[in-house]
Amino acid sequence: MKILVCISNVPDTTTRIKFVENKLDTTGIQWVINPWDELSLTRALELKDNNPGQVEAVTVAHVGPASAEPTIRKALAIGADSAIRINAEPHDAYFVAAQLAEVIKSEQFDIIMCGIESSDFNGSTVGSMIAEFLQYPSVSAVSNISIENGDVIITREIDGGKEILSLPLPFVAIVQKGIAKEPGIAAMRGIMMARSKPIKVVEPTDVEPLTDVVSYEMPPEKEACRFIDADKPGELIDILQNEEKII
Amino acid sequence: MSVLVYTENWEGKFKKLSYELVSYASGIAKMLDSSVTALSIGDVDDAELKSLGSYGASKILSLKNEHLRMLDSQAYTVVIGDIAKKLDARVIVLSNNNTGKALAPRLSVKLGAGIGSGVSKLPSSTDPFTVYKRVYSGNAFANVVIKSDIKIITLAQNSFEIVGTVNSAEIEHIGYDLEAGLIKTEVRDIHKQTGQLLLTDAEIVVSGGRGMKSPDNWGPLVELAGLLGGATACSRPVSDEGWRPHEEHTGQTGKIIAPNLYIAVGISGATQHIAGVSSSKCIVAINTDKDAPIFETARYGIVGDAMKVLPGLIEAVKSATTD
Repeated sequence: MKILVCISNVPDTTTRIKFVENKLDTTGIQWVINPWDELSLTRALELKDNNPGQVEAVTVAHVGPASAEPTIRKALAIGADSAIRINAEPHDAYFVAAQLAEVIKSEQFDIIMCGIESSDFNGSTVGSMIAEFLQYPSVSAVSNISIENGDVIITREIDGGKEILSLPLPFVAIVQKGIAKEPGIAAMRGIMMARSKPIKVVEPTDVEPLTDVVSYEMPPEKEACRFIDADKPGELIDILQNEEKII
Repeated sequence: MSVLVYTENWEGKFKKLSYELVSYASGIAKMLDSSVTALSIGDVDDAELKSLGSYGASKILSLKNEHLRMLDSQAYTVVIGDIAKKLDARVIVLSNNNTGKALAPRLSVKLGAGIGSGVSKLPSSTDPFTVYKRVYSGNAFANVVIKSDIKIITLAQNSFEIVGTVNSAEIEHIGYDLEAGLIKTEVRDIHKQTGQLLLTDAEIVVSGGRGMKSPDNWGPLVELAGLLGGATACSRPVSDEGWRPHEEHTGQTGKIIAPNLYIAVGISGATQHIAGVSSSKCIVAINTDKDAPIFETARYGIVGDAMKVLPGLIEAVKSATTD
């Protein structure tokens, strides 16, 4: 069984987001693996460790320019066996998914894992798009994947509970919180080994994006917090009831 | 030509979010001089179906098919995609909840339709078709042009006011010949609690962080949420410690919520937490540290210890509601 984890390269969560001429100001940004993708990778590696002989390899794939290679190396240092980089600017989700689908078609994977969302565009779309391009089944909101007696068992989060599902390979799992406890850590040995692991660079196929970001806006300015005396909780309740009218 | 809205049901019932979707679709239909067709898949009775008309759906398609009891993304995409083609739908509206996230991207590829996801306002223009969406986990917003002929929108929950109208909806029961073997997802087990208020549906949320100090201190927080008819939530450290269930974790990697009132108790307000709650209409923070970052996001704040402030709030709510 071969697992592919799709990774996105995003600004660290604590980055102060700014724009210059309607483009993200990348000055001083620390780039990281998208948090959900990092959790996917962690779970994929756990599956490989816990099921020796069943999961042969974990590969990561990324659509982006060469400047994203430190993020890909980090994924290799955490433990991925190899990486594929599609050499293109990730224009929109449709474009990215089309590129990944092409690579999957030629390389053949059994489980494709994608984080449910990227922390930059918050689209929640790439994973399911890949599945439709390939006509693979997909399950979204996956909080666990395990291998039991050779069958792949998936937990899907639903409103007010969860479902335990099985489905035939290959498929796309769009994963969310719960899939792994803590993201895997790149130890010194992993970092050393990552240097010699292969990153295959693939040129993009011709795909017309379906959307364009035309401008960015900052969130509206917020008024300063209005403090209420801790000894007068009634004042707060009065405001919420009579001024805000929300209770 | 029409605007198609997919209205999911929960045990045969619609929710406020269903009416938000129909109201939103109706707003778009007005801009395009078109009409709204709502699609329901599952066992929903006619009275419930008809309720969608009160928010602007002029036609309601109801498909009951026992093979579609469970969400199979691939099969649902075939069905909704075919219906969209038959209707010549120009815009398709879904929720940005788990179901919408599972279906909208597949429909996008099937129909060659660009997506605006997690949208919170009507398009600022229909030519070019420009939508406004949250990006960088709430640290910015983007105006996105959808260039394809067909547009797909997933609407952020509790971001659009429901708008009532005269109900002149027609219900049409439709069938669908589902290709054998299309459904590949096999459901082995379901664990589900019904009847509880879901965090994502709650209009009032009371949430606790590390400042609650111990899992044994949650009583007053739960009581306050109950009195306000709200749900309880927590920050990530609290769910990681096992003080509260993971389903309650709100924040970037947990649940993203947008209630009318969010009361953060003993939560310092790390960026990751704010990313999950910044769309709330009103945030109240209670924290011992007057410099905690949560006060930069909150509209109202109380500097004080949760264990002392919560009982006071409970008493105040009780006396305000008995007046």
